[in-house]
Amino acid sequence: MAESKLRILIAKPGLDGHDRGAKIIARALRDAGFEVIYTGLHQTPDMIAEAAVQEDVDAIGLSVLSGAHMTLFPQILTKLQEKGCGDLPVFGGGIIPKDDVTELKRLGVAQIFTPGASTKDIVAWINENIRPRA
Amino acid sequence: MSKQSAAKATSAAKQASAAGRPKHSTISGLEVEECYRPEDVTGEIGEPGSYPFTRGVYPTMYRTKPWTMRQFAGFGSARDTNERFKYLLAQGTDGLSTAFDMPTLMGYDADAERALGEVGREGVSVSTLADMEVLFDGIRLDRVTTSMTVNCSASVLLAMYLVVAERQGCSWKDLGGTIQNDMFKEFIAQKEWICPPAPSLRIVTDMIEFCMREVPRWHPVSISGYHIREAGSTAAQELAFTLADGIGYVQAAVERGLNPDEFGPRLSFFFNVHNDFFEEIAKIRAARRMWAKIMRERFGAKTDRACLLRTHCQTSGVSLTAQQPLNNVVRVAMQALAAVLAGTQSLHTNSLDETLALPTEEAVTVALRTQQIIAEETGVTNTVDPLGGSYAVEALTDRLEKAAWDYINRIDELGGILRAVEIGYPQREIADSAFSFQMTQDAGEYVTVGVNGYQMDEPDDRVATLKIGLDIEETQRQKTIAFKAARDASKVADALARVGLACGDGTNLMPPIVDAVRLGCTVGEISDVFREKLGVYGDPAWI
Repeated sequence: MAESKLRILIAKPGLDGHDRGAKIIARALRDAGFEVIYTGLHQTPDMIAEAAVQEDVDAIGLSVLSGAHMTLFPQILTKLQEKGCGDLPVFGGGIIPKDDVTELKRLGVAQIFTPGASTKDIVAWINENIRPRA
Repeated sequence: MSKQSAAKATSAAKQASAAGRPKHSTISGLEVEECYRPEDVTGEIGEPGSYPFTRGVYPTMYRTKPWTMRQFAGFGSARDTNERFKYLLAQGTDGLSTAFDMPTLMGYDADAERALGEVGREGVSVSTLADMEVLFDGIRLDRVTTSMTVNCSASVLLAMYLVVAERQGCSWKDLGGTIQNDMFKEFIAQKEWICPPAPSLRIVTDMIEFCMREVPRWHPVSISGYHIREAGSTAAQELAFTLADGIGYVQAAVERGLNPDEFGPRLSFFFNVHNDFFEEIAKIRAARRMWAKIMRERFGAKTDRACLLRTHCQTSGVSLTAQQPLNNVVRVAMQALAAVLAGTQSLHTNSLDETLALPTEEAVTVALRTQQIIAEETGVTNTVDPLGGSYAVEALTDRLEKAAWDYINRIDELGGILRAVEIGYPQREIADSAFSFQMTQDAGEYVTVGVNGYQMDEPDDRVATLKIGLDIEETQRQKTIAFKAARDASKVADALARVGLACGDGTNLMPPIVDAVRLGCTVGEISDVFREKLGVYGDPAWI
């Protein structure tokens, strides 16, 4: 691990109540040595962007299983830009069809993990791709 | 445990894998013996249709009538879902089951800011009485039974159903169906809520009381383990927390002055059927026996009818894989067979494409045909409880019962399920189980075919998925706005004020909610009254 721990915000946007995955990821990332901040359920895009700024995180992981990802993910990217942190890496997971994965990556989402991804894959991806922000 | 089985347990433990999980255990981690013998069985088995109902709630079971094939459906607009309902009825389903979208489930109208991106995506969008009328257009509500999966806004959706029925000319006395309305499990697992636990329980109890009086064939609550299991619990936790929730509702109804012999028969249950074949069968057999004892010994129910645990089952969504999705047909078939061998009263079979999107018509048809093949071709309906007396199944039933009583005793020590939910006890237990199962899977100790074993390269478009256009949201939003504009605003305000008054003075909320719906008040508007008068619950966000 780097000397300073990476800070990761795990967030649940929208009205979706499925938090099994988000909580497992939060705990697995914490066990892997990251600082994890979990927003809890039912967050608006604005609340998530605000939490990312307040908590000074190095990346945001979004979990959506309600099918609302094509609306909520882009809104969160826009809110981050408005707050001057458009370069903050955003990754996500959930029930997200392949076509939508392609489109979300085009819009600037760094990575999407779909059902069956292991916590090890996600930890490895963060270690390879996320760096502490200066 | 007998000496023989103790010796077997030691030998199984010796085969434990590197990470310490016994090699021969259920998916929930219960160690399984090599062979079971008569001395391993201690619980009361009894006869089918007789207390304590281990072998089933009716003496003749599927010889008289097969289970109800009830496929859960809902997406897009009320018209889209109405068409799916009619398709399913034409294909031989016996009952309707409604999936609402997230805004409806959380008490927001399609035109609310919080609904953005979610309208019609995960279920059908219903904000207004007009939506509800279209949803059941051409379907006489006194000739079908309908299940509605909705909880914190259930009082409003039930009121809408009653008003639609009344406009169709149906008597409330002839309406049969179920509204899920199980708020404890919302806080525990599914996590769609408006108010904190105590006022939520009050609304549930109001609905039980109201339905007893006005809609006597209706099931006003479906006490649900399904979501508890999907959230990651073990089988024993699903069993225990579901029955503990049931105890909570019965307790509240008794405190309201209702008679358990009268309302007991109107309570229904809903269990998950996961991968582990015998564990699932044992869980449902144990559930019947435990509930019978709870109603008789704890609540003093005199009639057998009040002691019956009648249940719907659904195959396990989380057990399905996005990888090699055709394999899901096989998983669903085996889970469905387990539900039938366990003696379920109704069944939903999941579709093979549900890890990718909401199901297509073709996928739903295969799921329904799976039930029909079990009912018509396999011969399992000929004998009541064909697994009764199996040493292995009976021993597993006993073990699940014991494990579940331990949890229920713990909840009693905490002061009951309301208190346990408020302090997050079941929530934490489930999160721990979910995490530990994920670690087991990530370590390769539990193999899921196609995911961490037997993987293969596959084309992305292996199965077609249902696409729900983003335009549905805007159409629904406009319709909701137009519906609101066409109402008599002062009558709407008065009706909402009367709901608010009942929130405060403790009288039954259902009559003013039904009146408000008749005058055009929406799901979101009535839910806003709950928010204002009864408070708003927020996620404690534990990791």
